[in-house]
Amino acid sequence: MTIFDVMGPVMVGPSSSHTAGAVRIGLTARRLLASEPVKADILLHGSFAATGAGHGTDRAIVAGLLGLAPDDADIPRSLQLAKERGMAVHIHTGELRNAHPNTALVTVTNAMDRSVELSASSLGGGRIRINAIDGMEASFSGEYPTLIIRNQDRPGMLSEITRVLYEQRTNIATLQLYRDRKGGLAVTVIECDDPLTPALRQELAGLDGVVRYTYLNMGEGT
Amino acid sequence: MAFGSVGALLRAAEEGKPLWEAVLDEDCRDRGVDKKDSWERMTALWTAMVRSVDEYDPGQRSASGLSGGQAAKMAAAEKTLCGPYMGRVMATALSVAERNACMGRIVAAPTAGASGVVPAVLIPLRARENLDDEAMVRCLYVAAGFGQVIATRASISGAEHGCQAEIGSASGMAAAALVHAMGGTPGQMADACAMALQNVMGLVCDPVGGLVEEPCVKRNVMGAVNAMAAADMALAGIASAIPCDDVIDAMAAVGRAMPAALRETGEGGLAATRTGRKIAQRTGGKPGV
Repeated sequence: MTIFDVMGPVMVGPSSSHTAGAVRIGLTARRLLASEPVKADILLHGSFAATGAGHGTDRAIVAGLLGLAPDDADIPRSLQLAKERGMAVHIHTGELRNAHPNTALVTVTNAMDRSVELSASSLGGGRIRINAIDGMEASFSGEYPTLIIRNQDRPGMLSEITRVLYEQRTNIATLQLYRDRKGGLAVTVIECDDPLTPALRQELAGLDGVVRYTYLNMGEGT
Repeated sequence: MAFGSVGALLRAAEEGKPLWEAVLDEDCRDRGVDKKDSWERMTALWTAMVRSVDEYDPGQRSASGLSGGQAAKMAAAEKTLCGPYMGRVMATALSVAERNACMGRIVAAPTAGASGVVPAVLIPLRARENLDDEAMVRCLYVAAGFGQVIATRASISGAEHGCQAEIGSASGMAAAALVHAMGGTPGQMADACAMALQNVMGLVCDPVGGLVEEPCVKRNVMGAVNAMAAADMALAGIASAIPCDDVIDAMAAVGRAMPAALRETGEGGLAATRTGRKIAQRTGGKPGV
């Protein structure tokens, strides 16, 4: 918690959790897709579903999907902007199991028919937590450059991944491991202090046992 | 992690530098940035705050129809009990809070729902005392320093600890900043913050329809007026019998004891009144139970 979590951010109202945080959820989905979404399915859960309309949560998430920042004065008219840009938006409410009250499940698709599904929660003050990507469990803020790796659950896998990071002197801020069963598939989530170079990401993707990986850096464009 | 207590904040300020500078230095260490970076970021917030007041549109209305035009009414009132200066403070608080409700651009301080309090006490003061922007940015550092302690020891979230954590925190932060602006001591800043928080301890978060409008917009006015009264008391030499850190801890304990219905669920307090429920139905907001 820095002083700028207490003072700021500059944002479009009315709620740091239901509006500013919602924009960040949309932005995160857009960054994960790494291209222009042409279709978006947004499921609002809990307090997002109950009071989202009055807080502009729907418009805020769509604004993020369009690449608008939390302080963009165009947020209130994002649904119109989506129409103009040819993005088909479907917004509905539903119940997610064991989810934080301010949670959205966002599925975005690009023109190449590639999709990403993101589950994220807004924690207050504009901060968010990513709960899952394409059904892979995780728990991170998106404030750091983050690697989400799906890999085989076997001895040495983690040391190979961290060796690649160390080769480029990349410092790891946090590290999480999840797995479905022993010897099955695991998810490794690594938050780094510095952005990762394309070469480093390529090397990680080429590691034996890495099934797929996703890289999220909110500081880089698209 | 920066200051974990007001006590630590006061000790840092005793080491020969003003309290605002201790907060700035700690931010530089905390985030690994230089002074210029921190100062520019805080200055940008001040500039955005001033704009959020300057760009007030009396014609704007929120989607629910509950908010809009109130700041203009307050500013137009010819005779007020509180006098013209306090009238300006109240109108400023309303203008920012209404702008927030209408999806306008504001500065969360510490939250969007409480965004009217800090600008309401600082912007009219700048004009009256002929202060420059640098002086106001220093005020924001003082406010942020106290706010950070509150956020660390208690909460700045209405969903966690009720409105005392939102308008209350904003009011405590504003009171400390006002004491700084008027040349008071760090000890007086702590007293002002403590007294402002004491006055709103237990305040529940009961937004009608779950919307950040009623009573939130008007509570911004109360937060600003309360901050000024607490700052004036502290500057007059009146101390808080309970130290600021203890007041913050008490606020956290009260917040934890608060039932969920009174913590931003739109299910208790004003939201649960007959009229509150009717408004919720009409606006498509949370029904209240």
